[in-house]
Amino acid sequence: MSFTIAHTVDEALAAMAAGARAIAGGTDLVVGARHGKAALPGNLVAIDRLTELKSVTTTKDGVSIGALVTHHDIEMHPLLSTSYAGLADGSALVGSPSTRHIGTLGGNIMNASPAMDTGAPLAVMRAEIELRSVRGSRRVPIEELWTAPGKTSAQPDELCVAIHIPAPATRSNSAYVRLEYRRAMEIAVVGAAAFVALNDDGTIAALRVGLTAVSPTIFTGDLVGQIGRSVSDAAENAAKVSMEQATPISDVRASDSYRRHTVGVMARRAVEAAARRAAGETIAIPVNRAIGIGAAS
Amino acid sequence: MSQAFESQSFNLNVNGVDYPVNVEMDRNLLSVIRTEIGLTGTKEGCDDCECGACMVLLDGQPVNSCSYLAVQAQGRAITTIEGVMTGDEMHPLQRNILEEGGVQCGFCTPGMILSAHALLERNAAPSEEEVRIGLSGNLCRCTGYTKIVAAVQRTAVELRS
Repeated sequence: MSFTIAHTVDEALAAMAAGARAIAGGTDLVVGARHGKAALPGNLVAIDRLTELKSVTTTKDGVSIGALVTHHDIEMHPLLSTSYAGLADGSALVGSPSTRHIGTLGGNIMNASPAMDTGAPLAVMRAEIELRSVRGSRRVPIEELWTAPGKTSAQPDELCVAIHIPAPATRSNSAYVRLEYRRAMEIAVVGAAAFVALNDDGTIAALRVGLTAVSPTIFTGDLVGQIGRSVSDAAENAAKVSMEQATPISDVRASDSYRRHTVGVMARRAVEAAARRAAGETIAIPVNRAIGIGAAS
Repeated sequence: MSQAFESQSFNLNVNGVDYPVNVEMDRNLLSVIRTEIGLTGTKEGCDDCECGACMVLLDGQPVNSCSYLAVQAQGRAITTIEGVMTGDEMHPLQRNILEEGGVQCGFCTPGMILSAHALLERNAAPSEEEVRIGLSGNLCRCTGYTKIVAAVQRTAVELRS
């Protein structure tokens, strides 16, 4: 039984090798323990002071986001909120201002909720997750990280240290929208992200769609059949494919049939918003508010 | 059976004062502030990270203290509602929320003021929409929010002049 505060990544990795579980903002771990969802682990190592995991770095391949970068940081970041706009759309919708200030991107990803708001945008942008342990470091495509609700392919001693996103090509961008019943402290009923690249004539050069809260893990599809089509045709087809591919459950938040219908609507709106951004238009973060989704809009 | 968590001794810096505490590692910050330190302005509402009555500032950022481990707050500066006054003088947010009629039962008020405080620190001239987003983690069952929002906007104007 122990609680330690790590001051370097190596200290954190050593503690994890000895069986400790990492805690950053605690917005899932502590809240979950208080709900009785999962007991608080007996051995915890606090990683929230590891400044080396708090930066956003531009690389030759794209951008590297430290695992401890918060949702608030992402929402406000000049590069992430423009070139990687779908991620900022997602982060801006998480919880409340307090959740967004202490909740981290790494924590959101490793919590592996199928309803997470950052998962679908990261998946359509083909993000890779860097996991590190005392045994070494490896990169995992984000879709291979999630294996089931709350489960990842990471080993217990592996710490998520960074999220790497490839640079978007010219005339491409992303968007994330979700269905919500209220505008704060909400969890996605369903959500959809889209990554759109446009040809010079405005037709689709690439289209990927990611779906939130309609399958055990975030669903992503590369819609190669839409290449060369108009944005409006591709948006309608993305809606159709999303409704076909969704395997939603019924719960207190929505029925399966309602989720299946609305995820199509969200997919169409995500494609349209991503295409407008890809064409150079600025749509404020988050798209949800800009296009009027949400009860009080 | 739930696990017994061992105690740790450490200092908690609350409103600029170091308080030595000895608490179990699963104790939430809220209960330590209220029970061990004795500052009862911070409220327990839902105890579930939904209502914001327990809001405190951790290094200036709003945090739901009901769902934050006290051990994790060591070495950080905690601000509670008791810490926003200057001597006997109320903070402009406190004065304006009273004058605007933004207080009825008062239970949400400390959390509201701390969320507003953090908002005004990062945005000195928020729009009404930005105020509403800034306070979106704080629930009020009495006022209907309008007068609270007005108090925050009035404070922003005062602090800028």
